[in-house]
Amino acid sequence: MKLLKLVPDDTNIKFLKYRIPFYVVSVLLIVASWALVATNGLNYGVDFAGGQEVRATFTESAEAPVAEVRETVGSLGYGSPVVQRFGEPNQVSIRVRLPDEVAEDKEAAQRIANEVVGSLESEFSDFRLDGNDNVSGKVSGEFFTQAQLALLVAMLAIALYIWIRFEWQFGVGALFALFHDVSLTLGMFAIFQMEFNLTTIAAILAIIGYSLNDTIVVYDRIRENLKKYRKMPIPELLDLSVNETLARTVMTSLTLLVALLPLLLFGPEALFGLTAAIFLGIFVGTYSSVYMAAPILIWLGVDSHSFVPEETELDRQEKAARHLG
Amino acid sequence: MLDFPQWRRIWLWGLTLVACLAAVPSFFALTGQDYPDPLKATYDQSVNLGLDLAGGSHILLEAERSQVAAQRLETMEESVTAEMRRADPRIRIGDVSRRDGRLSFMIENPVDVDRARDLIEPLTTGAGLTGQRDWTIRVVDGQRMILTPTEAGMDMAVNNAMETAVEVVRKRIDALGTREPTIIRQGDNRIVVQVPGLQDPGELKALLGQTASLEFKLVDVEASAADTQAGIARPGSQILPGAPGSDYEGATLAVRRLGGIKGDTLTDARQSFDPQTNEPVVNITFDSSGGQRFAKLTRENVNRPFAIILDDQVLSAPNINEPILGGTAQISGGFTVESANNLAISLRSGALPVDLAIVEERTVGPDLGQDSIESGILAMGIGSLLVILLMVVTYGRFGMYSTVALAINVVMILGIMAILNTTLTLPGIAGFVLTIGAAVDANVLINERIREERKRGRRVVAAVENGYKEASRAIYDANVTNFIAGVLLFLFGSGPVRGFAVVLVIGLFTSVFTAVVLTRMWVAMWLRKKRPSDLHI
Repeated sequence: MKLLKLVPDDTNIKFLKYRIPFYVVSVLLIVASWALVATNGLNYGVDFAGGQEVRATFTESAEAPVAEVRETVGSLGYGSPVVQRFGEPNQVSIRVRLPDEVAEDKEAAQRIANEVVGSLESEFSDFRLDGNDNVSGKVSGEFFTQAQLALLVAMLAIALYIWIRFEWQFGVGALFALFHDVSLTLGMFAIFQMEFNLTTIAAILAIIGYSLNDTIVVYDRIRENLKKYRKMPIPELLDLSVNETLARTVMTSLTLLVALLPLLLFGPEALFGLTAAIFLGIFVGTYSSVYMAAPILIWLGVDSHSFVPEETELDRQEKAARHLG
Repeated sequence: MLDFPQWRRIWLWGLTLVACLAAVPSFFALTGQDYPDPLKATYDQSVNLGLDLAGGSHILLEAERSQVAAQRLETMEESVTAEMRRADPRIRIGDVSRRDGRLSFMIENPVDVDRARDLIEPLTTGAGLTGQRDWTIRVVDGQRMILTPTEAGMDMAVNNAMETAVEVVRKRIDALGTREPTIIRQGDNRIVVQVPGLQDPGELKALLGQTASLEFKLVDVEASAADTQAGIARPGSQILPGAPGSDYEGATLAVRRLGGIKGDTLTDARQSFDPQTNEPVVNITFDSSGGQRFAKLTRENVNRPFAIILDDQVLSAPNINEPILGGTAQISGGFTVESANNLAISLRSGALPVDLAIVEERTVGPDLGQDSIESGILAMGIGSLLVILLMVVTYGRFGMYSTVALAINVVMILGIMAILNTTLTLPGIAGFVLTIGAAVDANVLINERIREERKRGRRVVAAVENGYKEASRAIYDANVTNFIAGVLLFLFGSGPVRGFAVVLVIGLFTSVFTAVVLTRMWVAMWLRKKRPSDLHI
């Protein structure tokens, strides 16, 4: 049987030839993402905004009366609710954001939830409550701080680790690639106004993790080639390293995508946001490892002298091992 | 690298087997099948299902530190006035104030100051480790005594209140008869309550939201109706609102602040019906000391009205027609059967020492959870098949090894989760799928490297050996960084998101074990047996 080769042998794509235009576009995308976050805002779910989200089934109806539900809940005077289909056609999720006036009142979310459920129960005889999330303004504020802290600490800790294992330029490069990934993911959430909640933070950390996988594989090869080809110009060496690891990059991204696709299509409704974010994040992360993490090393001044002190000793060990082997 | 002596092979297989067997009960639990009894006797530790999968309610309760502070001040004021009245000769005090969180009062005769101090000092207790007291006593201007609560004393009081609150919450939930509730104190002033498999948390919330502090206070009959309505209390009195549903709903009533008794010394409380009106009521029974105090209160105030107060709201204000000496009383106040029953449960389990507010609630119906498990397992199955197909088509025999490793990996994660008694949540299922996609990365790295080494002309064994060796570095670094991200997600995340982090982190370890160690053993065994001259990779 002939085995599949996703990337032909001796592929040599000049990735770095267009590094400047790519960088310009990427930096513009990062700026655009943050601008979108600032103007459009993120569609915070109850985890971060406070308020309540009710999931319900209309047991006797083929389709949920979305418009009527919106009207019933809207008439309570807590602003216009977000009513979305959730799972089956007769299931909905109804989200009411905590009004600003009562953000300080820690029992407001609970009270509003009771009112919403009460009004729906009396209005629709086949209303069945499947679940609800009520988060007070105080708790949602804490979640928000914790999430920001988690992202920040994770990025710094990872950059520190890479600095220790490689050189400082690699740490900065990886950090920049992560910043790119996080920015673009936030930008996506701002454009499509997808619900941004605690699981989104989990998604972003997963994206960070897997983007970093790619970055490390490329960096590891760069380190190896820097020792191997002392005289090679850096852009050429970076291209070589990216090309050598390209087969792996494509294959791993592909396995991740095929594993996640069924979850996106057939998985639980509640996981759709998480899966979609990771799915899109894989593209962003793969791109950033090639186009953000690698070229930045040129500008940060990585050259054949990097890894020299480490190298002489390693070399000796390797030579000795080769002699023995 | 490719040397696997027999003891090492046995050890690796043994480890794999143990981790996989540990997953058996969890497998039955997840697929909703009955776990056979003979197996149950030997090993029955299954992974916990998070509330988002099992269905149930997660409720976060919070107490207010300022409320504890206010209560302490009030109790201290009562104790001080009682002590001063009881002193022989009596010490006269005036101008009592609780402003700024301190209790201050004037001692009318300056010669009594030292005597007062001697009497008040025993009312304070030690707090903290440094020999601090829970209150500091200061005398200013020779006559004014100021009692200030210390920080250590407040910490201790909040801590005590929360400990009692946890106990009360536990008793109330037990009274509902739900199965396996989890009640944990969180931080300084919070309690997490998790009750699995509850369809309607309404009753639970009603029970937890009720402080159930029952008081009997004399009605201030001299208060003018206009003042009471305007909310102006005479000195020594306070204005309380009526409870919803009672005769006083929407109205207010003036009661004497001190001199009442608390209903915290009950031995029993039952829902019942009033024999005359057939209205739902709650019958309470005092313990002996409470009964005596109740008898004294009613005996000394015959023909005066007294208010029955629940959580600072007036339920009713009957006239005391005759002393009540039997130690029992009937409470009415516009109850429904359900609310009377809830009140009886709350009174039996004791009053909460502080009000608890529900600051977060997450409830998932049991059906929704089971649907999620089913569709999650389906997605996981299809995803695995696709990954397996891709790996085998790309790497042939080496792809087979990785897919067997992948299957073992998934089972091992479940097994280790069961052994560590962790919780599988809905995002945890996404974690599984993500791990399936990512676990093969190690194999992809190794296999691609072997391909490269062959292309460079290395012989089979050297190529395999180098493939594993050179790829290990990147695998190691990538896993450490992912571990950092996973641990931080666990530390900062909450509830379901933590479940995601748990699966990711355990998956990192099992992935390295299965994808690197196990496949290397299999490849080594195959190479030794067949001694192939070429690799089909």
